Amino acid sequence: MTSRLLLPAALRRYAGEEAEIEIRGGTLGEALDDLAMRLPQLERRLRDEQGKLRPHVLMFVDGVSVRGGSPMKTPMGDGAEVFVAPAVSGGRR
Amino acid sequence: MGLAILLIGTRKGLMIARSTDDRRTWAVDDFQFLNQEVYSVALDTRQDPPRTFAGVGTGHWGPLLTYSDDLGKSWTEPQEPPIGFPQGSDASVARVWQIQPATDQQPDVVYAGVEPHALFRSDDRGQSFALVEGLWDHPDRPKWTPGGGGACLHTVLAHPTDPDDLLVAMSAAGVYRTRDGGATWDPANRGIQAAFLPEDQRFPEFGQCVHKVAFHPDKPQRLFAQNHFGVYRSEDRGDSWTPIESGLPSNFGFALVVHPHRPETLYSFPLQADAERFPPEAKLRVYRTEDAGANWEPISNGLPADPYYAAVLRDAMVADRGDPAGVYFGTRLGEVYASRDDGDSWSLIASHLPDILSVRVAEVA
Repeated sequence: MTSRLLLPAALRRYAGEEAEIEIRGGTLGEALDDLAMRLPQLERRLRDEQGKLRPHVLMFVDGVSVRGGSPMKTPMGDGAEVFVAPAVSGGRR
Repeated sequence: MGLAILLIGTRKGLMIARSTDDRRTWAVDDFQFLNQEVYSVALDTRQDPPRTFAGVGTGHWGPLLTYSDDLGKSWTEPQEPPIGFPQGSDASVARVWQIQPATDQQPDVVYAGVEPHALFRSDDRGQSFALVEGLWDHPDRPKWTPGGGGACLHTVLAHPTDPDDLLVAMSAAGVYRTRDGGATWDPANRGIQAAFLPEDQRFPEFGQCVHKVAFHPDKPQRLFAQNHFGVYRSEDRGDSWTPIESGLPSNFGFALVVHPHRPETLYSFPLQADAERFPPEAKLRVYRTEDAGANWEPISNGLPADPYYAAVLRDAMVADRGDPAGVYFGTRLGEVYASRDDGDSWSLIASHLPDILSVRVAEVA
């Protein structure tokens, strides 16, 4: 399965300044594993070393948030769109 | 002194100041890592070219440990993650609190202290780090608690001649020492009070909230410690500690720095109390002892006389190797003060920065 990963501006420098890249896998976890092989610096901005989504990273697969449950098991249909955004959280800094 | 480099890690980025006139004047570069916290910086001058490190918190996107071989003009992040807990450990690095080159005898070894409480070691000049499992697997670890700043391993002190002898300090777990290169560790807090515990439990084997430990490489058995209420000295590399705070206006603070050439001389930046984190009487002063803590003197020559309501954090004060020594500190008001005469007098070299988290200095040419 081939999907599109849509990146916020802050992460595009890890993807050759592209706003959108292809990722491949039948689940979100497989697709991010694929990303880790090709663009490891980008992948580790999204997931920690245990493969968990970072606490303040939001991901939407075809418009649906993957937060809660088992986000890495989210199925990815061919042509799925994965939207990445920083959570509107924090403020202490 | 040729080119002196001063790294200034702030809440919102890194600034680098450079001096080419024996530290008289400093030119401050533009921000790098904009809007990212720089909790740890290091300058490793043991090999040529010197390597500059930054431990950067990228906010939403996790921690970053990066290095530069051109004094901060460009930065390298290895393709493989340079630091991280092993798969299955159920832990992830939240912040890099300390980057500490080891001794001259181990020029490729660099240590990193992180949150949660853990020590990592690199044998390739900081390109990749491995967890020091002896400390991570310590039976005390489940009982370690975070300090106010987090569960941080913030201090790493390598013995100058015995590479197997290493000491770390953690909030709020205390001081631990290994004598076998990290395989086994023992708490080293005897005599240090945990003033925040119930009265009959104030001298535990571990659990003290140590803020900083410092020593001079010519006297590795002698250690100094600033704790959460308490300033101490050890003459036996941490086996026992005695208070040295009677000449200070407060026993609370974070930063502690030993003079580069005088093992008896120590610089402290006391704060009023844990709930009043500004200088005693709101007077910006550095305290110096020249007899290993028996007597202390306040130094304010060149520092502002107006009330000053900001702290100096644990890694925001440092000394260079000059003679006379340069001493530097950055405040949470975003000001950097420098002395080039062993601390006798001070001048402002940078201001209006974000609050300052870490400062390191080195002569590089």
